[in-house]
Amino acid sequence: MKKSTVFIIALVLLGVAFLVGSVMYIADKESKAGQQLSDAKTAALGRMYAPMIGKLEAPVVIVEFLDPACGTCAAFYPLVKEIMDANPGRIRLVIRYAPFHKGADKVVAALEATRKQGKYWKALEALLASQEAWAPNHTAQVDLIWKQWEGLGLDLDKVRADMQSPEIAKAIAQDIEDARTLEVKATPEYFVNGRGMPNFGETPLRRLIADALRETAPR
Amino acid sequence: MNPTDPISSADTDQRAWTLIFLAWLVAAASTLGALFLGEVMHVPACVLCWYQRIGMFPLAIILGVGLFPLDRRVVRYALPLAAIGWLVAAFHQLLIAGVIPESIRPCTQGVPCTDKVIEWFGFITIPLLSIAAFSTIIVLLLLAAIRKNP
Repeated sequence: MKKSTVFIIALVLLGVAFLVGSVMYIADKESKAGQQLSDAKTAALGRMYAPMIGKLEAPVVIVEFLDPACGTCAAFYPLVKEIMDANPGRIRLVIRYAPFHKGADKVVAALEATRKQGKYWKALEALLASQEAWAPNHTAQVDLIWKQWEGLGLDLDKVRADMQSPEIAKAIAQDIEDARTLEVKATPEYFVNGRGMPNFGETPLRRLIADALRETAPR
Repeated sequence: MNPTDPISSADTDQRAWTLIFLAWLVAAASTLGALFLGEVMHVPACVLCWYQRIGMFPLAIILGVGLFPLDRRVVRYALPLAAIGWLVAAFHQLLIAGVIPESIRPCTQGVPCTDKVIEWFGFITIPLLSIAAFSTIIVLLLLAAIRKNP
Protein backbone atom coordinates (compact mmCIF):
# COMPACT_ATOMS: atom_id res chain seq x y z
CA MET A 1 0.00 0.00 0.00
CA LYS A 2 1.22 3.49 -0.79
CA LYS A 3 2.43 5.60 2.13
CA SER A 4 0.05 8.41 1.31
CA THR A 5 -2.86 5.93 1.34
CA VAL A 6 -1.85 4.66 4.78
CA PHE A 7 -1.60 8.23 6.05
CA ILE A 8 -4.96 9.30 4.64
CA ILE A 9 -6.71 6.20 5.98
CA ALA A 10 -5.26 6.89 9.46
CA LEU A 11 -6.30 10.53 9.25
CA VAL A 12 -9.84 9.66 8.21
CA LEU A 13 -10.14 6.97 10.91
CA LEU A 14 -9.01 9.44 13.60
CA GLY A 15 -11.44 12.06 12.34
CA VAL A 16 -14.34 9.61 12.22
CA ALA A 17 -13.54 8.31 15.71
CA PHE A 18 -13.55 11.88 17.02
CA LEU A 19 -16.84 12.79 15.35
CA VAL A 20 -18.63 9.57 16.33
CA GLY A 21 -17.33 9.92 19.90
CA SER A 22 -18.52 13.52 20.08
CA VAL A 23 -21.98 12.74 18.71
CA MET A 24 -22.36 9.77 21.09
CA TYR A 25 -21.18 11.77 24.10
CA ILE A 26 -23.51 14.69 23.39
CA ALA A 27 -26.49 12.43 22.71
CA ASP A 28 -25.83 10.54 25.96
CA LYS A 29 -25.55 13.79 27.92
CA GLU A 30 -28.77 15.16 26.47
CA SER A 31 -30.71 12.01 27.24
CA LYS A 32 -29.42 12.10 30.82
CA ALA A 33 -30.22 15.79 31.32
CA GLY A 34 -33.95 15.20 30.98
CA GLN A 35 -33.97 12.39 33.53
CA GLN A 36 -34.27 12.70 37.27
CA LEU A 37 -30.98 12.62 39.13
CA SER A 38 -29.65 9.56 40.95
CA ASP A 39 -30.15 9.25 44.71
CA ALA A 40 -26.59 10.40 45.54
CA LYS A 41 -27.04 13.43 43.34
CA THR A 42 -30.46 14.24 44.80
CA ALA A 43 -28.90 14.16 48.26
CA ALA A 44 -26.14 16.48 47.07
CA LEU A 45 -28.72 18.88 45.70
CA GLY A 46 -30.75 19.45 48.85
CA ARG A 47 -28.81 20.63 51.88
CA MET A 48 -30.80 22.12 54.72
CA TYR A 49 -28.21 24.74 55.60
CA ALA A 50 -28.23 26.44 52.19
CA PRO A 51 -29.70 29.95 51.95
CA MET A 52 -33.09 30.03 50.27
CA ILE A 53 -35.73 32.53 49.30
CA GLY A 54 -39.37 31.91 48.52
CA LYS A 55 -42.11 29.89 50.22
CA LEU A 56 -41.08 26.57 51.75
CA GLU A 57 -44.09 24.87 50.17
CA ALA A 58 -43.39 26.32 46.71
CA PRO A 59 -43.77 23.47 44.18
CA VAL A 60 -40.82 24.54 42.03
CA VAL A 61 -37.36 24.53 43.59
CA ILE A 62 -34.46 26.10 41.74
CA VAL A 63 -31.03 25.16 43.06
CA GLU A 64 -28.42 27.54 41.72
CA PHE A 65 -24.70 26.91 42.00
CA LEU A 66 -23.04 30.29 41.83
CA ASP A 67 -19.79 32.09 42.35
CA PRO A 68 -20.30 35.69 43.49
CA ALA A 69 -17.29 36.66 41.32
CA CYS A 70 -18.77 35.10 38.17
CA GLY A 71 -20.03 37.59 35.60
CA THR A 72 -22.59 35.25 34.07
CA CYS A 73 -24.04 34.61 37.55
CA ALA A 74 -24.57 38.35 37.97
CA ALA A 75 -26.16 38.56 34.52
CA PHE A 76 -28.55 35.66 35.18
CA TYR A 77 -29.57 36.68 38.70
CA PRO A 78 -32.13 39.35 37.59
CA LEU A 79 -33.60 36.83 35.14
CA VAL A 80 -34.34 34.31 37.90
CA LYS A 81 -35.68 37.09 40.11
CA GLU A 82 -37.96 38.24 37.29
CA ILE A 83 -39.36 34.72 36.78
CA MET A 84 -39.88 34.36 40.54
CA ASP A 85 -41.72 37.68 40.72
CA ALA A 86 -43.92 36.66 37.80
CA ASN A 87 -44.93 33.48 39.66
CA PRO A 88 -45.42 34.58 43.28
CA GLY A 89 -45.36 31.80 45.86
CA ARG A 90 -44.64 29.09 43.30
CA ILE A 91 -40.82 29.18 43.14
CA ARG A 92 -38.17 28.74 45.80
CA LEU A 93 -34.54 29.61 45.06
CA VAL A 94 -31.73 27.83 46.90
CA ILE A 95 -28.20 29.19 46.61
CA ARG A 96 -25.22 26.84 46.62
CA TYR A 97 -21.63 27.83 45.96
CA ALA A 98 -19.10 26.80 43.36
CA PRO A 99 -16.38 29.40 44.09
CA PHE A 100 -14.25 28.73 41.00
CA HIS A 101 -12.65 32.18 40.88
CA LYS A 102 -9.47 32.87 42.77
CA GLY A 103 -10.25 34.35 46.18
CA ALA A 104 -13.98 33.71 45.82
CA ASP A 105 -14.08 31.28 48.76
CA LYS A 106 -13.28 34.10 51.20
CA VAL A 107 -15.98 36.30 49.69
CA VAL A 108 -18.45 33.41 50.02
CA ALA A 109 -17.49 33.04 53.70
CA ALA A 110 -18.15 36.73 54.28
CA LEU A 111 -21.44 36.46 52.41
CA GLU A 112 -22.50 33.49 54.52
CA ALA A 113 -21.66 35.48 57.65
CA THR A 114 -24.20 38.16 56.67
CA ARG A 115 -26.96 35.58 57.22
CA LYS A 116 -26.50 35.95 60.98
CA GLN A 117 -27.59 39.55 60.58
CA GLY A 118 -30.48 38.74 58.25
CA LYS A 119 -29.01 40.73 55.38
CA TYR A 120 -27.95 37.90 53.11
CA TRP A 121 -29.98 38.69 49.99
CA LYS A 122 -29.18 42.40 50.12
CA ALA A 123 -25.49 41.57 50.57
CA LEU A 124 -25.55 39.08 47.68
CA GLU A 125 -27.29 41.55 45.38
CA ALA A 126 -24.81 44.30 46.33
CA LEU A 127 -21.91 41.97 45.48
CA LEU A 128 -23.37 40.92 42.14
CA ALA A 129 -24.08 44.53 41.20
CA SER A 130 -20.58 45.76 42.04
CA GLN A 131 -18.53 42.80 40.81
CA GLU A 132 -16.10 44.88 38.77
CA ALA A 133 -15.15 46.90 41.85
CA TRP A 134 -14.14 43.97 44.07
CA ALA A 135 -13.19 41.28 41.55
CA PRO A 136 -10.89 42.99 39.04
CA ASN A 137 -9.42 40.65 36.42
CA HIS A 138 -11.54 37.76 37.69
CA THR A 139 -9.72 37.74 41.01
CA ALA A 140 -11.98 38.19 44.01
CA GLN A 141 -10.48 40.44 46.68
CA VAL A 142 -12.26 40.13 49.98
CA ASP A 143 -10.71 43.41 51.22
CA LEU A 144 -12.64 45.29 48.55
CA ILE A 145 -16.10 43.96 49.38
CA TRP A 146 -16.65 45.85 52.63
CA LYS A 147 -17.13 49.12 50.77
CA GLN A 148 -19.90 47.55 48.68
CA TRP A 149 -21.78 46.62 51.86
CA GLU A 150 -21.73 50.07 53.43
CA GLY A 151 -25.24 51.41 53.85
CA LEU A 152 -26.84 47.98 54.15
CA GLY A 153 -26.93 48.31 57.93
CA LEU A 154 -24.47 45.44 58.39
CA ASP A 155 -22.15 45.27 61.37
CA LEU A 156 -19.05 44.64 59.26
CA ASP A 157 -16.80 43.89 62.25
CA LYS A 158 -19.21 41.13 63.23
CA VAL A 159 -19.18 39.81 59.65
CA ARG A 160 -15.37 39.72 59.71
CA ALA A 161 -15.47 37.75 62.96
CA ASP A 162 -18.32 35.42 61.93
CA MET A 163 -16.81 34.52 58.57
CA GLN A 164 -14.05 32.61 60.38
CA SER A 165 -16.53 30.18 61.89
CA PRO A 166 -15.90 26.48 61.26
CA GLU A 167 -19.58 25.92 60.35
CA ILE A 168 -19.22 28.27 57.39
CA ALA A 169 -15.99 26.59 56.26
CA LYS A 170 -17.75 23.22 56.54
CA ALA A 171 -20.75 24.41 54.53
CA ILE A 172 -18.53 25.77 51.75
CA ALA A 173 -16.50 22.57 51.63
CA GLN A 174 -19.75 20.56 51.40
CA ASP A 175 -20.99 22.81 48.57
CA ILE A 176 -17.77 22.30 46.64
CA GLU A 177 -17.99 18.54 47.14
CA ASP A 178 -21.65 18.52 46.06
CA ALA A 179 -20.79 20.62 43.01
CA ARG A 180 -18.32 17.93 42.07
CA THR A 181 -20.87 15.15 42.65
CA LEU A 182 -23.35 17.00 40.46
CA GLU A 183 -20.68 17.61 37.81
CA VAL A 184 -21.01 21.38 38.01
CA LYS A 185 -18.14 22.57 35.83
CA ALA A 186 -19.14 26.16 35.23
CA THR A 187 -21.28 28.72 36.97
CA PRO A 188 -24.10 29.47 37.15
CA GLU A 189 -25.56 25.98 37.02
CA TYR A 190 -29.26 25.49 37.67
CA PHE A 191 -31.25 22.47 38.79
CA VAL A 192 -35.00 22.89 38.61
CA ASN A 193 -36.90 20.27 40.61
CA GLY A 194 -33.88 17.99 40.26
CA ARG A 195 -33.43 18.47 36.51
CA GLY A 196 -30.39 20.09 34.97
CA MET A 197 -30.19 22.22 31.86
CA PRO A 198 -29.49 20.19 28.68
CA ASN A 199 -27.27 23.06 27.57
CA PHE A 200 -26.49 26.46 28.98
CA GLY A 201 -28.40 29.56 28.04
CA GLU A 202 -31.31 31.82 28.87
CA THR A 203 -33.78 29.93 26.67
CA PRO A 204 -33.00 26.46 28.11
CA LEU A 205 -33.31 27.87 31.64
CA ARG A 206 -36.62 29.59 30.89
CA ARG A 207 -37.94 26.41 29.30
CA LEU A 208 -36.82 24.24 32.24
CA ILE A 209 -38.57 26.52 34.74
CA ALA A 210 -41.67 26.85 32.54
CA ASP A 211 -41.92 23.04 32.26
CA ALA A 212 -41.65 22.65 36.04
CA LEU A 213 -44.30 25.33 36.59
CA ARG A 214 -46.63 23.63 34.13
CA GLU A 215 -46.14 20.18 35.65
CA THR A 216 -46.92 21.44 39.13
CA ALA A 217 -49.75 23.78 38.15
CA PRO A 218 -52.86 23.42 40.33
CA ARG A 219 -55.78 22.00 38.41
CA MET B 1 25.37 7.45 12.34
CA ASN B 2 26.32 9.63 9.44
CA PRO B 3 23.65 12.04 8.26
CA THR B 4 25.56 13.02 5.12
CA ASP B 5 25.76 9.46 3.90
CA PRO B 6 24.99 9.77 0.18
CA ILE B 7 23.77 6.21 -0.10
CA SER B 8 20.32 6.33 1.33
CA SER B 9 19.10 2.84 1.77
CA ALA B 10 15.48 2.33 0.91
CA ASP B 11 15.20 -0.02 3.88
CA THR B 12 16.26 2.50 6.53
CA ASP B 13 14.07 5.15 4.92
CA GLN B 14 11.11 2.80 5.04
CA ARG B 15 11.87 2.09 8.69
CA ALA B 16 12.22 5.79 9.54
CA TRP B 17 8.98 6.59 7.72
CA THR B 18 7.09 3.96 9.70
CA LEU B 19 8.52 5.18 13.03
CA ILE B 20 7.74 8.84 12.32
CA PHE B 21 4.31 7.82 11.07
CA LEU B 22 3.63 5.99 14.35
CA ALA B 23 4.84 9.03 16.31
CA TRP B 24 2.49 11.19 14.24
CA LEU B 25 -0.34 8.77 14.94
CA VAL B 26 0.23 9.10 18.71
CA ALA B 27 0.45 12.91 18.46
CA ALA B 28 -2.69 13.17 16.32
CA ALA B 29 -4.67 10.85 18.60
CA SER B 30 -3.49 12.79 21.69
CA THR B 31 -4.42 16.09 20.06
CA LEU B 32 -7.91 14.86 19.24
CA GLY B 33 -8.18 13.38 22.74
CA ALA B 34 -7.29 16.73 24.31
CA LEU B 35 -9.78 18.49 22.04
CA PHE B 36 -12.43 15.94 23.02
CA LEU B 37 -11.86 16.55 26.73
CA GLY B 38 -11.84 20.31 26.29
CA GLU B 39 -14.38 21.03 23.59
CA VAL B 40 -16.81 18.11 23.83
CA MET B 41 -16.73 17.14 27.51
CA HIS B 42 -16.00 20.73 28.55
CA VAL B 43 -13.38 19.68 31.07
CA PRO B 44 -11.61 22.91 31.99
CA ALA B 45 -7.90 22.87 31.07
CA CYS B 46 -5.52 24.10 33.76
CA VAL B 47 -2.36 26.07 33.02
CA LEU B 48 -0.09 23.01 32.98
CA CYS B 49 -2.50 21.25 30.60
CA TRP B 50 -2.14 24.19 28.24
CA TYR B 51 1.65 23.96 28.28
CA GLN B 52 1.39 20.26 27.45
CA ARG B 53 -1.00 21.09 24.61
CA ILE B 54 1.55 23.60 23.30
CA GLY B 55 3.99 20.70 23.03
CA MET B 56 1.52 18.20 21.57
CA PHE B 57 -0.57 20.09 19.02
CA PRO B 58 2.36 21.20 16.79
CA LEU B 59 3.71 17.63 16.80
CA ALA B 60 0.54 16.45 15.05
CA ILE B 61 1.26 18.99 12.30
CA ILE B 62 5.03 18.90 11.81
CA LEU B 63 5.37 15.11 12.03
CA GLY B 64 2.69 14.82 9.36
CA VAL B 65 4.49 17.35 7.17
CA GLY B 66 7.79 15.49 7.68
CA LEU B 67 6.26 12.34 6.18
CA PHE B 68 5.54 13.74 2.70
CA PRO B 69 8.17 13.61 1.38
CA LEU B 70 10.08 11.88 4.15
CA ASP B 71 12.35 14.39 5.87
CA ARG B 72 14.26 12.75 8.71
CA ARG B 73 15.32 16.17 10.00
CA VAL B 74 11.76 16.54 11.31
CA VAL B 75 13.03 14.56 14.31
CA ARG B 76 15.31 17.50 15.23
CA TYR B 77 12.40 19.91 15.24
CA ALA B 78 9.94 17.58 16.93
CA LEU B 79 12.14 16.27 19.76
CA PRO B 80 12.42 19.56 21.72
CA LEU B 81 8.64 19.96 21.67
CA ALA B 82 8.17 16.40 22.86
CA ALA B 83 10.83 16.83 25.55
CA ILE B 84 9.27 20.04 26.90
CA GLY B 85 5.83 18.44 26.87
CA TRP B 86 7.19 15.42 28.69
CA LEU B 87 8.79 17.57 31.39
CA VAL B 88 5.60 19.55 31.99
CA ALA B 89 3.56 16.35 32.09
CA ALA B 90 6.00 14.80 34.58
CA PHE B 91 5.82 17.91 36.78
CA HIS B 92 2.01 17.81 36.57
CA GLN B 93 1.89 14.14 37.55
CA LEU B 94 4.19 14.74 40.54
CA LEU B 95 1.93 17.60 41.59
CA ILE B 96 -1.16 15.40 41.46
CA ALA B 97 0.62 12.59 43.28
CA GLY B 98 1.48 15.08 46.02
CA VAL B 99 5.25 14.64 45.65
CA ILE B 100 5.66 18.34 44.89
CA PRO B 101 4.28 20.42 47.75
CA GLU B 102 1.35 22.74 47.29
CA SER B 103 3.39 25.84 48.07
CA ILE B 104 5.10 25.87 44.71
CA ARG B 105 1.94 25.06 42.83
CA PRO B 106 1.86 27.40 39.85
CA CYS B 107 -1.87 27.25 39.29
CA THR B 108 -3.73 29.45 41.67
CA GLN B 109 -6.02 31.12 39.19
CA GLY B 110 -8.81 29.41 37.38
CA VAL B 111 -8.58 25.66 37.52
CA PRO B 112 -6.25 24.17 40.10
CA CYS B 113 -3.84 21.73 38.46
CA THR B 114 -4.15 19.34 41.38
CA ASP B 115 -7.77 18.65 40.48
CA LYS B 116 -8.06 15.13 39.21
CA VAL B 117 -10.72 15.50 36.56
CA ILE B 118 -10.37 11.93 35.38
CA GLU B 119 -9.23 8.91 37.32
CA TRP B 120 -9.71 5.65 35.46
CA PHE B 121 -8.99 2.38 37.27
CA GLY B 122 -7.81 4.45 40.21
CA PHE B 123 -4.51 5.57 38.72
CA ILE B 124 -4.87 6.73 35.11
CA THR B 125 -5.05 10.51 35.08
CA ILE B 126 -4.85 12.96 32.19
CA PRO B 127 -1.20 13.90 32.90
CA LEU B 128 -0.31 10.20 33.08
CA LEU B 129 -1.80 9.69 29.62
CA SER B 130 0.18 12.74 28.54
CA ILE B 131 3.45 11.30 29.89
CA ALA B 132 2.74 8.02 28.11
CA ALA B 133 2.07 9.79 24.80
CA PHE B 134 5.14 12.05 25.00
CA SER B 135 7.37 9.12 26.06
CA THR B 136 6.15 7.01 23.14
CA ILE B 137 6.76 9.86 20.69
CA ILE B 138 10.26 10.49 22.07
CA VAL B 139 11.23 6.82 21.82
CA LEU B 140 9.85 6.47 18.29
CA LEU B 141 11.63 9.63 17.11
CA LEU B 142 14.94 8.56 18.66
CA LEU B 143 14.63 5.20 16.93
CA ALA B 144 13.91 6.98 13.66
CA ALA B 145 17.01 9.15 14.11
CA ILE B 146 19.30 6.18 14.52
CA ARG B 147 20.52 4.70 11.26
CA LYS B 148 20.70 0.97 11.52
CA ASN B 149 24.20 -0.34 10.80
CA PRO B 150 24.20 -3.26 8.37
